[in-house]
Amino acid sequence: MPTLNDYLVLSAILFAIGTAGVFVRRNLITILLSIEIMLNAVNLSFVAFGRSFGTADGQIIVFFVMTVAAAEAAVGLAIVISLFRHRESLNPDTFTSLKW
Amino acid sequence: MTLFYLFGAVAVIASLLVIAQRNPIYSVLLLIASFGALSGLYVLLDAPFVAVTQIIVYAGAIMVLFLFVVMLLNAPHEETEHDEKIHPLRRPGAMRFGAVLAAALVVELLWALTRSSGEPGAFGATAVSSVRELGRVLFTEYAFPFEVTSVLILVAMVGAVVLAKRDPRAHT
Repeated sequence: MPTLNDYLVLSAILFAIGTAGVFVRRNLITILLSIEIMLNAVNLSFVAFGRSFGTADGQIIVFFVMTVAAAEAAVGLAIVISLFRHRESLNPDTFTSLKW
Repeated sequence: MTLFYLFGAVAVIASLLVIAQRNPIYSVLLLIASFGALSGLYVLLDAPFVAVTQIIVYAGAIMVLFLFVVMLLNAPHEETEHDEKIHPLRRPGAMRFGAVLAAALVVELLWALTRSSGEPGAFGATAVSSVRELGRVLFTEYAFPFEVTSVLILVAMVGAVVLAKRDPRAHT
């Protein structure tokens, strides 16, 4: 049987992949997808901990995380559409107006 | 154990391919495969309701939203040679230092997790897997956060409409 440690290691690997995606990719949509990978890695460790403690709290928190992820995706994609209209590009290095 | 490795391998490989693709459409489709593997892991963790929600809400709703936007923008090849040239990992100085720090953090995280305390951390016998119990906890103990979530979704909905709306002054 896989143990709690196995799930936590898998979750850490997935989170690292998501972080690497945010750093490496130069495409706003792929960056948002990487954030989704990170959220899912955290969800996995929440459920694993909830299973380990024998409570329902882990699964409840996963529902809240999913809700926040849905809201984040909706607003983030709306911002991406709006940015693309202005600059005709999805490269985050194009949007440096606020950079001092 | 075999199923755990199978689902874990599918999730990790699909996620790696997500960030290796240049075409965002393939990234979205591969991420759906990764989510499917994760929902299999939730079933292994005695959380069938979370597994079903993962498929319906994540793979079914959020990823379709991503697909809509990818096809709406119709910007297939973002990463031109110019983008590659100004990629942060190729820039000298602070950016490369930050990338090295991030890699070091990943190594430290894995090191700490694999060397954690001697107990194997096997799961106990009790598991909350019934939808009835989840619903009872959600609507009693977590009733207030649940209501706040509805406000959050309302705000996100209004915000998305306002942000994506075409500016009427832009046409003049």
